[in-house]
Parts: sequence; structure tokens; C-alpha cells
Amino acid sequence: MRAFLLAVPLLIFLAMTFIVPIGKLLIMSVKTDEVANAVPRAAALLTDWSGPPALPSRQTFEALAADLQAAQDGGTLASAARRLNTYEPGFRSLLLKTVRQLPIPEGEQADEALRRIDQRWGEPETWRLLGRAAHRWTPDFLLTAMDHRVGGSGAIEPVEPSQAIYVGAFGRTFAISASVALICRVLGYPVAFLLATLPARQSNFLMIFVIVPFWTSLLVRTTAWYVLLQPNGVFNALLIHSGLTAAPMALMFNRTGVLIGMTHVLLPFMILANYAVMRGISPAYQRAAVSLGAHPALAFLRIYVPLTLPGIGTGTFLVFVLALGYYITPALLGGAGDEMISQLVALQMDRQLNWGLAGALSVYLVVFTLAVYVVFNRLVGIDRLRLG
Amino acid sequence: MTSETTAVLSERVAHRGVRVFSAAVLIFLIAPILIIVPLSFNQSSYFSYPLTGLTLRWYELILGSPEWRTAILNSFVIGLSATAIATVLGTLAAIGISRPSFPLRGVIVPILIAPMIIPIVVVAVSLYLVFAPLGLTNTHGGVILAHAALGTPFVVITVTARLMAFDTTLSRAAASLGATPWAVFRRVMLPQILPGVATGSIFAFATSFDEVVVILFIGGTEQRTIPRQMWAGIRDQINPGILAMAGLLTVFAVVLFLLIGWLQGRAGAPAR
Repeated sequence: MRAFLLAVPLLIFLAMTFIVPIGKLLIMSVKTDEVANAVPRAAALLTDWSGPPALPSRQTFEALAADLQAAQDGGTLASAARRLNTYEPGFRSLLLKTVRQLPIPEGEQADEALRRIDQRWGEPETWRLLGRAAHRWTPDFLLTAMDHRVGGSGAIEPVEPSQAIYVGAFGRTFAISASVALICRVLGYPVAFLLATLPARQSNFLMIFVIVPFWTSLLVRTTAWYVLLQPNGVFNALLIHSGLTAAPMALMFNRTGVLIGMTHVLLPFMILANYAVMRGISPAYQRAAVSLGAHPALAFLRIYVPLTLPGIGTGTFLVFVLALGYYITPALLGGAGDEMISQLVALQMDRQLNWGLAGALSVYLVVFTLAVYVVFNRLVGIDRLRLG
Repeated sequence: MTSETTAVLSERVAHRGVRVFSAAVLIFLIAPILIIVPLSFNQSSYFSYPLTGLTLRWYELILGSPEWRTAILNSFVIGLSATAIATVLGTLAAIGISRPSFPLRGVIVPILIAPMIIPIVVVAVSLYLVFAPLGLTNTHGGVILAHAALGTPFVVITVTARLMAFDTTLSRAAASLGATPWAVFRRVMLPQILPGVATGSIFAFATSFDEVVVILFIGGTEQRTIPRQMWAGIRDQINPGILAMAGLLTVFAVVLFLLIGWLQGRAGAPAR
């Protein structure tokens, strides 16, 4: 119990700065009370409405008119309007236009008045969307993040192809991360092998080439590639000078740039993870196999490589998982077709203020990351993670 | 030719291959940094070789600019404060985890490591969501708390690694001779695990010092740090001043590298 108490301060600290905030974001992906809070009376009446093709009752119109005015005075209208706009572009202006022309003149019925202000209030679809948005819990963001939505009939359907961007972005994020992990594995394994088998003096010297980049700021390294890969940059000058190409190649603002930059940043993790395991492997095993008649190549593949599997596993896991969340490097070196999920989350936050969708995209990203984490922890063990 | 000589020959070819390949990879790793640093001394503001002349102008530009000076100061204030919190909390937790009696290790350790694994944008958006109503956005305190959380896994990992090599009979011997628990920690355990604590705190500091996404979301202009300033600079209009800053940061990275090497040398067997 004393042992556990020592970890309690950190657990409380992480609960406050990490677990609760992420939990709150994940809840945001299914919770929407902006509309329900702004138009409470109309929302309550809409739950009793039978739905299209009929229009809601006259009372609902009256309640909405009263709610809208109260919401404007109470300051809750803006967030509700923004929320409704994610369902149907133009909903925001509809609400603002309507509220400007309220209150309803003496003697006019609420339903006639609203339809006079804007004919969209005469369409059941408008009310259906309002009713959907007025639910306090919604699957809509989680569906949007998978390029689906609840259609007019109440069934789940794919969104129009022009709006289907998120599944592709998840696939792209996965593909980029997997490619980077694979490239790092191919590039890193021989280097780690060399470092682990060379005499200490040479090995320590070569280690500088791995560790100095490792300690160099990610932004410095991304900046370096940003400068080097420009059309008139150093790299293209070298290519042209050596006669490999006649014209400058497009090396940045595309997938090539993203892969080069991310591989450069993440490769030291792969090398260090493999090196840590390889250094502990006695050469005697391989020598024993060879002395018993195995071809050196066979001894390497059958004896040495299996012993290095924990290193390969740790390195691949680290590179893949860190790559999944990359933001800075793809944002600077990538082009329009290379946006990773992190960039889309940031975009929803920064420009659209769409918390729900930012949360829903995060849900999938976090769940996937945690799944990879749990599998790794089972197969290799997080205790194996070593740094430095 | 006997099969034995072909085997030896193919082994030699393989070794040569590994060396050439590794050399190419190591050059790939170091070259961008080596190429970029001289450009920061270039007279002209174009990023190309050959250099048109040497100048310290870009370094003067950086060190003379009030914005960059605020950024440098902020980076150290935020980094050191976050490191202090992360080091204390992380070391305590690592000592707890390393005791055989620690309950639910399989659940708690992954939670403690999670800040390293969860995508940083998710952390940044979540923190904004919680910190904004508390008035912690656009404050140094908020950024320090966030960075401390991100740094703790590194401290936990490095200190735990050192504690594995720590002989617990030493603590028990000290305790049986009448030392208080604090004295046991201070006089017996801490000297042994100090290299691990220091390594972890350097990692925590580097994490904060290099962090830009969380700052972008929860920090304001008052909290601008070096990475944030560089990020803004690259997105806006990249100029040689940024390369000068990159040069300074590279020197800083070499210092950290030497520091870690020294700590591991002190520790006898490196704690990897």
C-alpha cells in the first residue's frame, strides 16, 4: 500500500491534466446540448412530434419564437446557431434572420409569422433537423467522422462523395504511419546491427550520428528539410549537378516530403530500440550455429534475427504510434493530399469550432492508438521501453 | 571452391554491404543538420550554396529581437518549471512501481506511460476544453502543467530502469541500522538513482522545449516559446533568422547529448 501511495500524486496529476480532459473531449463527440439549452420548450415539444410529412403543432412554432428571443437575450443563440449550421449550411442565417424579425406582431399566428419570415419554416425537413440537433446525445459526429449520416428516413447512409473526406484521411494516416515504420525498420536494422557489433570506440563515435539528430528539435529538423527540399534548394541542386535529373523534382508539399521528414525524425527511435536489444545478444549463439555447420546467413536468420524481435517490435511500435499523431511535419512538408487526422482535428477546432467533430475524430484516433498500445503491451511489454 | 570459403566470402560481402548501407543511413540522419548550420552564416538570404560570405547578422537579428528574446526566456521558464514538476512526481511514482508490493502494475504503468503515446493534438484539444473554463488558457501556469504531464512518462521510464539495478538490501540495511525512511531515500537510494533521475528530467525538459502543438492551442502570445515562434516564422515567410535559431538549437542538442553521455558514464553501466 505504501508503494501505491508513492504513485498517487502522479496519478492525481495525470487525472487532472490528462485523463479527465481527454475523457471530456470524447464525451463531447456524443453530447450536444447547445440547441437543447437554447430552445428548451421547442425541443420538448419536438420530441412529441410525429415527424415529416406533417409540420409540428402551432404550439411548437410559438415555443420556438419565444425560445429564440430568450436565447438571444441569454446569449445562448450563437452556439446553437453554429451547431445547427453543421447540419445544414444556412441554418445559422435562418435563425439570425428569424430572431431579428421577432417578436411576432399582435394578432398574427406564430406558424404563419415564421413562415412569412422565411418559407423554410414551412418545410418539415427544417424541423426534423432542428429536432435532431435538439437531442442531448447524438451519434451524428461519430457518423460524420466515418463519412455517414442519418438521412431523412432515419436510416444511416453514406454522405455524398464530395463530403466524404474522413475515412480517406484515416486510411492515409494509417498508410503514412505504416510506410514510415516500414522504411525506418529497413533503414534502422542494419545500422543498429553495425553499432551493436562494432568495437566500443567506433560504435560510440557512430552513435553521435544517431543521438545528435535525436536530441535536435523536431522543428529544426523539419525546417532543415523544408529548406533542403525546395525546388531551388540544396537537394535539387545536387540532383541536377550530378546529372540525375534535368529539372528540379517536386520533393516537398507532397507525399515524398512527408515520408522523408517523418522518417528522419523517427528513425533514431527505431535504431535505439533495436540497438538496446542487439547489444545484449551474445555472439556465441551464432558462432555455435556456424560451428555446427550452419551457413552464416542461415545462422543469422534463424538465430540472430529471432533474438532481436523484441527490439524490432518496440521500434516498430514506437515509430508507428508516434507517426499516427504527427501534425507539425506533415503540415509543413505535405501538400493538399497528405493531410493526416491530427491536422483535420486541429482544423475543426481552429476554424470551424466544431468540438463535436474534433472529439469524434479524436475518438477513433485514440481508440486505434490504444488498441495498438494494448497489443504491443501484450506481445512485448511496455516495460521494455528504454530511453537514452 | 569449397562451401566453407564461399560462406566466408559471402559473409565478408554481407559485412561490407551492411557498412556501406549504414554509412548512407547515418549520413541521411546527420546531413540535414550539417547542411543547415552553415547556411545560417550566409551573407545572402537565399538558402543555397555556395555561401556568398560569412556573417553573424542573422544571429544578431534573432538575439536582438524582443519577440525572440521573450520566446527564449519563455522556453526556459516553462521548460524548467514543467521539468521540476515532472521529475518530482515521476520519480516518486517510479519508486512506488519498482516495489514488488505495487498493486495493479499491469494497469497503472500503461496509464503512466500514456501521455507519451496519445496523439498530441488530442491532448492539446482536450486541455483547451478543460483549461478554458478554468482560466488556465493563455497563462504560463496552464502551459507548465500541460508540459509537465507530457514529460512524466520519460522520468518514470528512466528512473524505473535505474531502480531495477538498485540493490534493495542497501535500503533495508540502512533502515535496520536506524535510518528514517527519508534518510534512506536521501542518503542511500537517491545517490544510486540520480543518473536516471537526471536523464529523465533532461528528456522531460527536451519534451517541453520542443513542444509546439499544445502551446498553439492553450498558449497565447504571452506564452510564445522558441518552437512556436519558429512554427509561425516558417508558415509565414521563412527567413535566415529561423536558420540562426536552428543553429543555436543544434548547439543546444549537442550539449544535451554530451550531458546524457556524461551521466551514463557516471552511472557505470548505461541505463538504456
